[in-house]
Amino acid sequence: MAEHREIRAGWPLFEVFVRSKRGLNHVHVGSLRAADAEMALRHARDLYTRRNEGVSIWVVKSSDIAASSPDEKDPFFAPSADKVYRHPTFYDIPEHVPHM
Amino acid sequence: MGFDNAYEAITEGTDDARWAFGTGFEDPLAGIDTTLPDGVDAAELATYCLGLGDDALIMSHRLQQWCTNLPELEEEVAIANIALDLLGQARLLLSRAAATSPGPGEDHLAFFRAEHEFRNVRLTEVENGDFGELIARLLVFSTWRLALFARLTEAADPVLVAIAAKGVKELTYHRDYAAQWAVRLGGGTAYSRERLAAGLDAVWPYVGELFVSGDAGGVAVDPATVREEFDGVLTQVLKAATIPVPEVPARPGVGGRYGRDGVHTEAMGYVLAELQSVARAHPDGVW
Repeated sequence: MAEHREIRAGWPLFEVFVRSKRGLNHVHVGSLRAADAEMALRHARDLYTRRNEGVSIWVVKSSDIAASSPDEKDPFFAPSADKVYRHPTFYDIPEHVPHM
Repeated sequence: MGFDNAYEAITEGTDDARWAFGTGFEDPLAGIDTTLPDGVDAAELATYCLGLGDDALIMSHRLQQWCTNLPELEEEVAIANIALDLLGQARLLLSRAAATSPGPGEDHLAFFRAEHEFRNVRLTEVENGDFGELIARLLVFSTWRLALFARLTEAADPVLVAIAAKGVKELTYHRDYAAQWAVRLGGGTAYSRERLAAGLDAVWPYVGELFVSGDAGGVAVDPATVREEFDGVLTQVLKAATIPVPEVPARPGVGGRYGRDGVHTEAMGYVLAELQSVARAHPDGVW
């Protein structure tokens, strides 16, 4: 039995991204464990689209995601705070343009 | 229904339709024209819907008993989803049976019938085994039921056609889920192969009964006609799982009578005791 337990504990973590309707982006909704990507897709379908949330699912192994680290927060993100000219705030948006 | 993200769907509170069977427990056929078309015999239709509904109800109960007992949290939710799909099918079919004649409604059919009045095949009621047995049973059940429902989409009763059309999508996923796991267990360790093979041996005695033609006449799909498709799918899945098709003799009925005739195994009484005890203790209970 110990052998089987070892195999089960080895299921890797997957991150799940769901697209709720055509035209929108896939959005990260959570994570789950599965033996491989095929199983992860089915688990994602059961865990994250039970209430009609999705039309498309992506799964990716958590270990395959490269992420910025909290230690790099300042060098990564702080320099953008004072560069107001990077924000499109110097012209008026017409009223009939949505989603801005 | 679309939502901008998954959590809106959870918090959005006005639309009960996205719940598996509504939160109000109203008649699932409310608003649907349930008049019988010409040439459809009410008694035959009721009997037939009762059989298919009882299959779903009892199988759903056996799957619900797996809750908190599955090896992984993710499988827990998967099996609960399948159980809920089948419960939804049971409600629709029992309601259809109830609507064909003035008499007791869906709830009464589920909770106040005695064992010999239940029409489910014995495959659904037998004692749960281990995970290998669960996958074997689900594979057999969903393959058989999907084949039946696919043919029912051309049935004489339009309500039954609609119920079948909804069920086909659900059952396709159930079969896919079970087949995936069968291939995985078959191709896994020596232990997982052994458990799947043992599970198939355990359910195989109840396979023959699935294809015995009933007495529901023109409203039904003759189950004998789906044997070929069933054998084809099972052969294909088990070949991929590298497990031989079991050669286990069928468990005989009693005087040629099976689950569809109200003759059940000793396990059925225990299922019903659990399923019906609350409703029977509080017959007019509402919560």
